[in-house]
Amino acid sequence: MARMKFLCDAERCIECNGCVTACKQENDVPWGVNRRRVVTINDGVPGERSMSVACMHCSDAPCMAVCPVDCFYRTQEGVVLHDKDLCIGCGYCFYACPFGAPQFPQTGAFGVRGKMDKCTFCAGGPEPDGSPAEFAKYGRNRLSEGRLPACAEMCSTKALLAGDADVLSGIYRDRVTMRAARGTRGSPPWGWDTAYGSADAPKQVQQPAPAAQPAPASKS
Amino acid sequence: MTHALIALAAGLSLAALAACGERPQVVNYKQGTYQGKPDTPPYKDPPWNGDETKWRQAIDTRAQNQNEYKRTK
Repeated sequence: MARMKFLCDAERCIECNGCVTACKQENDVPWGVNRRRVVTINDGVPGERSMSVACMHCSDAPCMAVCPVDCFYRTQEGVVLHDKDLCIGCGYCFYACPFGAPQFPQTGAFGVRGKMDKCTFCAGGPEPDGSPAEFAKYGRNRLSEGRLPACAEMCSTKALLAGDADVLSGIYRDRVTMRAARGTRGSPPWGWDTAYGSADAPKQVQQPAPAAQPAPASKS
Repeated sequence: MTHALIALAAGLSLAALAACGERPQVVNYKQGTYQGKPDTPPYKDPPWNGDETKWRQAIDTRAQNQNEYKRTK
């Protein structure tokens, strides 16, 4: 069974926001709603890193767990979608999501948010595939056309990858192997050293605790 | 004439009682299960016509276009 996933290569992302533009254009996303956005860490500092973030289509999605009306479902391809006809706009999913993926189109008195909107992996929603109703509510259904999400296909540096998890890990493995063979900067994936330690870094040897100093003799 | 009147009265009484059905009018939520409309798989419609393998191959081939190390070989 396929598991559709996004993967963003922080070594390649140049913060061009092309993915954000492609998403808004392809799905006719209204003003104020950003299904995808680019997050930059240490912006302006040498060594800054950018990463494109949207719904990650979690295998154990917290939005599904907290929804009081159970409007979320996971497709056979592993894409997390929701039924807007059922959504009551309570915002629980927004608070539960660690990626800030759920978006709400309205701001008004008494917390009127409108129906939740989020990345659909360009897979539409529970309406007939390719119908005007599906496009109006959820955006374009590119998966049914045999295409991948517009954000990934538009990415100029191919930092953002989309597709089956097995295929993506194969592509990423090729990249890491090539980087290591060239010996270029950032041979391991960004964050690898933090998570697993660096092979080049001097090993931290556990220093023995200093012996207890004898207490100075008290003058008497 | 009498038969027509009886038929008319029967028809009117049926029409008057038509809205008296005992249909559930409250959504019965089942906790933890999806309550919305069913969705169809992406390979249901043409050109895939329900052929999941064909669709999967097309998607995987397209995903490989993201690997420039293979595209440039």
